[in-house]
Amino acid sequence: MTKKEKEPEHTSAGIVKTEYFTFCEPPHPLKLSNGRKLGPITLAYETCGTLNENKSNAVLILHALSGDAHAAGYHSDKDKAPGWWETYIGPGKAFDTDKYFIICSNVIGGCSGSTGPASINPVTGKPYALDFPMVTISDMVNAQKRLIDHLGIKKLLSVAGGSMGGMQALQWTISYPDMVESCIGIATSASLSAQGIALNEVGRQSIFNDPKWNSGNYYDSSLPKAGLSLARMIGHITYLSEKHMHEKFGRKFQDSANAGNDMNPEFMVESYLRHQGVKFVERFDANSYIYITRAIDHFDLRADYGGSLTAAFENVSANYLIISFTTDWLYPTGNSKEIVRALRVNGKNVNYTDIETDNGHDAFLLPNDLLEKNIKNFLKSELKKSEI
Amino acid sequence: MEEMKIGYDLVIDEIPEGSRVLDLGCGDGTLLKLLQEQKNVSGFGVEISEEGVSQCVEKGVYCYQADIDEGLSDYRDNSFDYVILNQTIQNTKRPDYVIKEVLRIGKKSIVSFPNFGYYRTRAYLMFKGTMPVSKLLPYQWYDSPNIHLLTIKDMIRMANDFSFSIISEKHFSLSGVDRSNVINAAPNLLAEYGFFVITSIES
Repeated sequence: MTKKEKEPEHTSAGIVKTEYFTFCEPPHPLKLSNGRKLGPITLAYETCGTLNENKSNAVLILHALSGDAHAAGYHSDKDKAPGWWETYIGPGKAFDTDKYFIICSNVIGGCSGSTGPASINPVTGKPYALDFPMVTISDMVNAQKRLIDHLGIKKLLSVAGGSMGGMQALQWTISYPDMVESCIGIATSASLSAQGIALNEVGRQSIFNDPKWNSGNYYDSSLPKAGLSLARMIGHITYLSEKHMHEKFGRKFQDSANAGNDMNPEFMVESYLRHQGVKFVERFDANSYIYITRAIDHFDLRADYGGSLTAAFENVSANYLIISFTTDWLYPTGNSKEIVRALRVNGKNVNYTDIETDNGHDAFLLPNDLLEKNIKNFLKSELKKSEI
Repeated sequence: MEEMKIGYDLVIDEIPEGSRVLDLGCGDGTLLKLLQEQKNVSGFGVEISEEGVSQCVEKGVYCYQADIDEGLSDYRDNSFDYVILNQTIQNTKRPDYVIKEVLRIGKKSIVSFPNFGYYRTRAYLMFKGTMPVSKLLPYQWYDSPNIHLLTIKDMIRMANDFSFSIISEKHFSLSGVDRSNVINAAPNLLAEYGFFVITSIES
């Protein structure tokens, strides 16, 4: 996904360090939603800003499918790219690190420092691969809860995320209603659409069909790069709107001199997708891609509560800011409206806006004044209310 | 639309301390903010514009972006002590549906609107022969959001057909931008705005 250049008027959260928290050591594994047990578990996390004396200014950022704990700032002076939500996290930004203590951890099942299929299975001494248990959004949240306890925080000012990050944020408010003051769910849903599941499945199939995948056992040989990069290319198509793609690439040729002569990428859009695919395999594990997309597909708050989304939100106590984007077809406006409806019916406090943009699902990662302003103002008023 | 505080003083007077209030067409959230501050209400707003919602968020007023003609059916019966339709009913596509839903979800409803029966509006149409454009109705017919204009008498006649009772009437004209003078004599002719408190709950 596109990352914004640093703007001169904004400063960055600066140098951040990844930290690790290990818990659920034997004989106390984490019981997962499917009844299986996982332990020990390590969560990679980063923080920026300062936790205030009352510990009332902590905001937990939840990442999406391909994200990690590195939400903002740089790992070193030489680091070229900042964290994935640098646009919105930093001094004076929406998640203002001068005011809030920002925490972001890599999900379980992930591959950026937290326990996932590429981690060593203590039983065999080898990577888990497909022996790694299926995890759900709810399991990810339960693991994060241990981290928040470990940090000594009783109540989070907010849980916030886009896409799968929004799913975790919603799950947080349902699983731990007393631990969250507010929730910011952007371009998210109470369940993924059939179309979304279908596209995730095509991505998974492209990994399965790469002979190098070898039923998930590839850690000591060559990686299923072709499969994973194809999955990523498909993903990228779903993150953009038709209009955004047209504006960004149109029918422009990458190399018009060579057009039509061979099978090399001709159109800019082709070369963009191939580049995204190639870049992705350098940092992401194919098995994690499978586990995490499965977790997204299975997330269904309605099904968890006997078919009623209203029932799912009956006992929440957080205040919500829900935001959708007009051209997001992966997590369309209707999905957000369903959440808002369920909250309203229960008499919960909810702000909702459908932001007009051409940027599709990707909009939550791109600069947007209205998104910035709404997050900033919402957090400001939630902090004020929490202090009364 | 410019933010005028039309009838805010009357609405604030009417609503008791600590009520649950839904403001339909809440604009920038000023009225709800005042109600929160002065009457400690639990307030919720519905607003059609992105910008309005954003201004509500800024004020710490909970508001969701929607067309009022949609989504009211989601609320349970009598979920609110008051539903406010302040200068809004004449903008809705289906006032009949909105009034029915408002009566169902609110124990009481406040309905206030520009009175098309006001004598100067009548005179404008009578003598100029064109749709009235005034401080009260500051739009040309082609760009007006007021698609269902009505008079105070229309609202009174509606009570029968829609089985609601009128708890109180405080029709008013403005002095300055935010002071309301209640007009008791011949309001359908002399009041700029209609102001009704209605209910479908039988007493």
